[in-house]
Amino acid sequence: MRLLPREIETFWTLFTGPAIWAGHFLICYASAAIFCAKPALLGMEFNSLRLGIAFVTVVALVAIALSAFLAWRQWGFGAHDPPHDDPTRHDRLLFQGFATLLLAGLSFVAVLMTALPVIFVSECLR
Amino acid sequence: MTLFVVMSFGAAAIWLAVVTVVCVAVRSQRRVVAEPAASRIILWGGAVFPTVTLFALLTYAFWLMPTLRPSPTFRDATDLRVEVTGRQYWWQVVYFHRGLKIAAANEIRLPVGRRIEFSLKSDDVIHSFWIPSLGGKMDMIPGRENRLSLMAQRTGVFRGACTEFCGTSHAFMSLTAVTMEPEAFDAWLASQAKASINVAGEGRALFLRHGCGSCHRVAGTQATGAAGPDLSHLGSRQMLAAGIVANTEDNIAGFIANPGAIKPGAAMPAFSMLAPQDIRAIAAWLKGLR
Repeated sequence: MRLLPREIETFWTLFTGPAIWAGHFLICYASAAIFCAKPALLGMEFNSLRLGIAFVTVVALVAIALSAFLAWRQWGFGAHDPPHDDPTRHDRLLFQGFATLLLAGLSFVAVLMTALPVIFVSECLR
Repeated sequence: MTLFVVMSFGAAAIWLAVVTVVCVAVRSQRRVVAEPAASRIILWGGAVFPTVTLFALLTYAFWLMPTLRPSPTFRDATDLRVEVTGRQYWWQVVYFHRGLKIAAANEIRLPVGRRIEFSLKSDDVIHSFWIPSLGGKMDMIPGRENRLSLMAQRTGVFRGACTEFCGTSHAFMSLTAVTMEPEAFDAWLASQAKASINVAGEGRALFLRHGCGSCHRVAGTQATGAAGPDLSHLGSRQMLAAGIVANTEDNIAGFIANPGAIKPGAAMPAFSMLAPQDIRAIAAWLKGLR
């Protein structure tokens, strides 16, 4: 069994980072909203919510880092310089890898910024 | 203020740096930068630097945020909450202080240097509460309670206004905010919790006989109406008719005789059928309620 998946030739890997970012954002936003609006439903302390968000954040960051590594591999670990704009299968593969790597970087920062408020906001106003 | 200064200096520094880079680029237009060097410039100047800067600014803003709003711990620490309810076209004010409920209207007094929590409500249409000198505005929405926290920095008298169109006299719906030293405020609040010392004046019987008490409350009398502003200490307020005219005996008498002349669309009917001397007596009594 391989530790890392085989190179998958599909367009959809491009969106791994942004999709994780979107999922992380939704989980943070929805859990904080439910926690504040319906205290009885979740019935936990704010610090538990913080821990939950921290856990989801770490998972999201690890997943994004993994997708970034796969993209880096697809890009040939930077052995070729962009722009990969030749109409060849090889260039398309490199281009997708490079674009995925950049999107993973963006998503990484975005996930951090989404989770940042919960460090400073210590409760919700009810 | 601190946030503004820090952000302004940061913005100025970044602007200077960008303009400097542009100038350098324009001056050295003939020199070609090698591709690896250009890539490095793009990576550090175009990605890493903005990300780190934005992260730092965001962190700083988040760090300031908890001080800008009341928190449960803060609510335990202070023993004052002010509930303001928007009505067409006046403000009902209730101070909640150590289990006491102290009613007032159209004038808000605040102690300097204490962060005060406001509960903002509305009984009819959407109003908006704004005292520009003290902070931002907040809507008052029927069926909802919005929270706002304000801290006065210096003593003075400030004007507030309704900033959401609420009907005919929307433009005549203002508010007086008086900020006081904490000791003076405490003394004032204690005096407001009691009936006015002049409550036994001669206009009182007329006030009650003509039915004013079915809409207005005056502490220490049988007048317990809640449809109109609380008049228990009307004489001590700076302005009349929600910040529209000076609080004088003449203006009170004029308002009783014909409220619509000062405040079109006001719910209070005209009492011009009363004898002028009765109106004057009521006005004198109300002005005396300090």
